[in-house]
Amino acid sequence: MSDVEIKTLTMNFGPQHPAAHGVLRLVVEMDGEIVERCDPHIGLLHRGTEKLIEYKSYLQAVPYFDRLDYVSPMNQEHAYALAVEKLLGIQAPERGQYIRVLFSEITRILNHLLNVTTFAMDVGALTPPLWGFEQRELLMEYYEQVSGSRMHAAYFRPGGVHQDLPAGMLDSMDGWIKQFYPFMKDIEYLLNENRIFRQRTVDIGVVSEQQALDWGFSGPLIRASGIPWDLRKSQPYDVYDRMDFDIPVGKTGDCFARYLVRIEEMYQSVRIMEQCIAALRKVGGPVRVDDRKISPPRRGEMKDSMEALIHHFKLYTEGYKVPAGETYTAVEAPKGEFGVYLVSDGTNKPYRCKIRAPGFPHLQALDMMTKGHQLADMSANIGSLDIVFGEIDR
Amino acid sequence: MADTLTELGEHIAQATSGAVTAQQVRLEELMLETTADKVVALLTFLRDDPKCLFKQLIDICGVDWPEREKRFDVVYNLLSLKNNLRIRLKVATDETTPVPSAASVYSSAGWFERETYDLYGVWFSDHPDLRRILTDYGFEGHPLRKDFPLTGFVELRWDDVQKRVIYEPVKLAQEFRRFDFLSPWEGGIDRVLPGDEKATKAS
Repeated sequence: MSDVEIKTLTMNFGPQHPAAHGVLRLVVEMDGEIVERCDPHIGLLHRGTEKLIEYKSYLQAVPYFDRLDYVSPMNQEHAYALAVEKLLGIQAPERGQYIRVLFSEITRILNHLLNVTTFAMDVGALTPPLWGFEQRELLMEYYEQVSGSRMHAAYFRPGGVHQDLPAGMLDSMDGWIKQFYPFMKDIEYLLNENRIFRQRTVDIGVVSEQQALDWGFSGPLIRASGIPWDLRKSQPYDVYDRMDFDIPVGKTGDCFARYLVRIEEMYQSVRIMEQCIAALRKVGGPVRVDDRKISPPRRGEMKDSMEALIHHFKLYTEGYKVPAGETYTAVEAPKGEFGVYLVSDGTNKPYRCKIRAPGFPHLQALDMMTKGHQLADMSANIGSLDIVFGEIDR
Repeated sequence: MADTLTELGEHIAQATSGAVTAQQVRLEELMLETTADKVVALLTFLRDDPKCLFKQLIDICGVDWPEREKRFDVVYNLLSLKNNLRIRLKVATDETTPVPSAASVYSSAGWFERETYDLYGVWFSDHPDLRRILTDYGFEGHPLRKDFPLTGFVELRWDDVQKRVIYEPVKLAQEFRRFDFLSPWEGGIDRVLPGDEKATKAS
């Protein structure tokens, strides 16, 4: 038999592929069914957020953060709000901090519900997304009640949150938590011991501790690789230092470990929610700083105070000036470390606002994770990375 | 916290003998400045020194200061999980001088440097794969430079005759408006109000 020449096949995956979680284009070099190299082409959703923010006042920049990772909007507002507060040298009042932590955890559950269920869909299970999206809808109603919008809330502002919670919301959340535990049991029952799910995820895309550090992993991914690291514990912001919760750590660093870490994080988030609800019943007071040079006056005040009216007008046209300086402030977003590098030159607009999205280095490591795997494992890897293109492309 | 950072900064400056050109602690964040030729050695030191152990490269980004001779700052943000510390490293460069790539020290540097090159036009030498990453295929210019207009230069549309997407120069129905809100409200900015310059000239 004569020698057979084997040529690698170059294949285009996406940008319109349901398992690509958005607009990811992958150029994959394959030897038969084995992936030899994959080169992600990103930027198809690039909107120039960082450039736009340089042309907006500090308050006007807030809604852009909702639109980065559109599955976990409030956590990103949180990073931005903390960065601006640091430069201004202010702190949100206690009640505002509790509300921010409460909604950060709601957002974490929203994000993990989407990721865990669509990840299951990527590897062949259709029921989890249908069940999970019902819960997401219930949570987004809380978003709507506090901010008027289901997703793009613009609720966390520098100096606190925009408004206090509406009456009766905490009781309603109690009810939601009660029905959420049985729901989680159902999801776990569907997936944990599921033969197909395990075959598709166990020992797929193993990332060692060393690799996780080297490739800049954070969040559930670094924890699944066995490193107990969580910014909510190690560099606590707002009232996270008063919360009692555990950090789940994976042992194997494969897709299944990443799934398990996210499932356990949802239980821990519910625990934090319960503590916040209990605290919010006791802690009263304002929800944003009581400084008219930074946060706008109440509507009622404006009806009979000229001063208040002027402040309102100036804050919504000129905005406030932020002292010159720079800071890198990060929060533990559901996907990992979300950071804002903010440079101020002392005017009312950021001079530079670099957004450090966790998905960016995660997607970069896809090539390392997928090498030597089969093509079908690539979609399992992408699903377990939890990528959303709003934040990667910015 | 600030004391620990100052101490750490001094330790790094001593141990690397001259690689650190400036250091400061502001807002409880440690910032070092260095030069392009020393950056890889300094990053390697920061990663491996037992007092530092900055094992994670969190971010690389550029900042544009057009009025400076070396107009770009390349900013490295590092994180030490072991010591629970962050550090920021800055290198100044211009449009033509390349900065050595950090990809040999941290694997995650690859895409961050590609992004900085794409958005600012900073060159990185010895980079394994320096291509554009966020902008379109065939894009011209570096959009995050301060002299790049917010509206850009070209816009794209589907051409029904040629049956393909085509690029055209940007046509704005209304001029892009940039309001000047830097009024001296509450002070802070030393600036002549519009009209005031005449008053000083007359006198």
